[in-house]
Amino acid sequence: MEKEVNNFQFVEKPEVVEIDADILIIGGGMSGCGTAFEAARWANPKGLKVVMFDKAAIDRSGSVAMGLSAINTYIGENDVQDYVRYVRSDLMGIIREDLVWDLGRIVDDSVQLFEEWGLPIWKKGDDGFSLDGFQARDAGKPLLKDGGVPVRSGKWQIMINGESYKAIVAEAAKKALETNRVATGMDQNLYERVFTTRLLLDANEPNRVAGAIAFSVRENKVYVARANSVLIATGGAVNVFRPRSVGEGIGRTWFGVWNAGSGYAMGTQAGAELTLMENRFVPMRFKDGYGPVGAWFLFFKAKATNALGEDYCVTHAAEIKEMYAPYDEPMGTALRNHAAMLDMKAGKGPIYMHTDVAMQELAKTMDPKRIKHLEAEAWEDFLDMSISQAGLWAADDVEPDKVKSEIMPSEPYLLGSHAGCAGFWVSGPGDIPGTPAEWSWGYNRMSTVNGLFMAGDNVGASGHKFSSGSHAEGRAAGKAMVAWCLDHPDYKPTIKESVDELVAEMYAPRELYEKYHNYTTAPQNVDINPHYIGPRMLQFRLMKIMDEYVGGVSTWYTTSKTMLDEGLKKLAVLKEDAQRMAAKDLHELLRCWENYHRIWAAEAHARHIYFREETRYPGYYYRGDYPKINDAEWKCFNNSKYDPATGEWVNFKRDYVQLVD
Amino acid sequence: MPSFVIREKCDGCKGQDKTACMYICPNDLMLLDKEMMKAYNQEPEQCWECYNCVKICPQQAIEVRTYADFAPLGASTIPMRGTDSIMWTIKFRNGVIKRFKFPIRLVPEGSVDPYAGKPEPNYDDIKKPGLFTQTADQVLVK
Repeated sequence: MEKEVNNFQFVEKPEVVEIDADILIIGGGMSGCGTAFEAARWANPKGLKVVMFDKAAIDRSGSVAMGLSAINTYIGENDVQDYVRYVRSDLMGIIREDLVWDLGRIVDDSVQLFEEWGLPIWKKGDDGFSLDGFQARDAGKPLLKDGGVPVRSGKWQIMINGESYKAIVAEAAKKALETNRVATGMDQNLYERVFTTRLLLDANEPNRVAGAIAFSVRENKVYVARANSVLIATGGAVNVFRPRSVGEGIGRTWFGVWNAGSGYAMGTQAGAELTLMENRFVPMRFKDGYGPVGAWFLFFKAKATNALGEDYCVTHAAEIKEMYAPYDEPMGTALRNHAAMLDMKAGKGPIYMHTDVAMQELAKTMDPKRIKHLEAEAWEDFLDMSISQAGLWAADDVEPDKVKSEIMPSEPYLLGSHAGCAGFWVSGPGDIPGTPAEWSWGYNRMSTVNGLFMAGDNVGASGHKFSSGSHAEGRAAGKAMVAWCLDHPDYKPTIKESVDELVAEMYAPRELYEKYHNYTTAPQNVDINPHYIGPRMLQFRLMKIMDEYVGGVSTWYTTSKTMLDEGLKKLAVLKEDAQRMAAKDLHELLRCWENYHRIWAAEAHARHIYFREETRYPGYYYRGDYPKINDAEWKCFNNSKYDPATGEWVNFKRDYVQLVD
Repeated sequence: MPSFVIREKCDGCKGQDKTACMYICPNDLMLLDKEMMKAYNQEPEQCWECYNCVKICPQQAIEVRTYADFAPLGASTIPMRGTDSIMWTIKFRNGVIKRFKFPIRLVPEGSVDPYAGKPEPNYDDIKKPGLFTQTADQVLVK
């Protein structure tokens, strides 16, 4: 189709607000809040300006917006090197051990701060049973930093009363930003409801970020930020694949539904090197509500079996060993999924979590008061982080102590903070023994684009950070950004593109809508027009392509070279059609650009699966044409780079180096 | 849905430009209909049921009707969020009612002082591993 140029004939030109920053934080989730807290402390005495953009309100933005019932990374009494071993094992042998090690030595500091800021953390009572935050306080139990003993639901996890987790972390971040605003004399440095669409590159220095452009989802305003350093602290990518629920339930994704892969898209477009973008996460969760199973497995000691009562991890052990040894010991998340799927395909489903058996077992040794406390703990696990699951159990009349519940592998998600490791290739800390020299280029968590930093879901090859690790990683990046700014005091950002053209591009979906929507008789809420595509159908088209060609649920997560060839062709056409996105208002403008970002994240994922000719993550995805793990050729990083000058996108290998035995 | 707004209870946050639910929704779903002066969820299929609109509504005008494409009708899950704890009332389809109360915070909202008692940054360490609150001993590889 012919390309349309937005001349603002049909829609009012937005006001352009220019912002000068030293440190620009894109995204106010756990990572971005960590960056604000750490960076402001270092930046204030030096007069460096810290500015944050968030597309929502930081009190409740990001994947922790609903709350959490556990903090999944707290090293505590454990050895940091054991943490590296665990992450490596769960991610099928290939991680950046320097990044994971570095995270392990800083993460506890963030958790202890959360507790100081008021987050209730369960403590072990004198009788060995758990005390919630109130009970622990009333019993005079010390804080973690003073030797308090948390309640472990697994080796690395601790239980919390986390309904207000994000609000608490955001309060500290907002106050930190405010100290910086005062110290540097800015009028404003926290911009909420401001969505960033792309990074800006420097006109004079090649491979150098110069800022970002964003728009308000509330008023006719565009923000052009010029910055010495930029942090991408956005979330992963959700609803890139067709979800299992396709009605209203499309919103009930396991990971935050607002995670649009914006960081993956913006960093890639700026030329930052990606790593392990083929990795994905397919959580096995309570069916449809996607309520958490971790506490059920680890804390309540519940077992999952097929419908015949067989433990699929045991019955398929030999077969899995033959295909995937040595990665079957211990059997990580991906292979446990794989085992369950074998049974589902064989008609031995549904797969059940025997919550009833576990609760009855635990109740044997407890008095009625304790049993009541136990029941509350089980419900809190949902009510703190996946309220829909509680609602679904109530709708289905499921009392977990009386009946079992179905569990199910979800649609695929792209992320780098939870049990996945898709993201960018970044500089490590440089001091971990045995680290190859090329893994560190002076500024921790800086990408291969100068001045562009990454945190949380955007740092690749370093999963299992979770909420606390994302905060801590944001802090590490924030400190390094200050170092970068101090080393580059004379830098003056010069934006390569014309601001007018950038604004026209950003608002093109509004112009297109206003220009054409009266061509048909369809009212505003009916989306049919031959001149454009609305954000909703754009998303459906993407999800269908990814599902059918790139290993979604409809092919049991299986794809191949020939399927990917076809899928990539369709993605290229979709990207072309995205130039005809249309938005009836600013809310839809947000949806248009989110979905445009999703397309880029999806393409990166498909290209990486294409390049890796093996099945590294059985249970997450399968290359039907290369069904085994091939360590001889593929125990390496799969990296790629898009060249913003030429539009060329190339994959290549980088050596994996083991640092911890 | 997702969250929905009860017509009789919503007062549009008394004619302010934006409502509490608009302010808080992480996915930009809540919208004020300025003619009716009442808010509504404009895109129910993008709702995560995070309940932030439900919890923040000063009129308790917002509830959730669990996703109709997989959940049977007739149940409800309703929070009352206080200053330090939250109370949940869960009504099953079959009429069973469960109530739970959980702590949400141990320090009053607004009283967090992020840098109180924390060390000043030491710029000699800015290129070294660790954070400004940590000592070299905590982070150096032994």
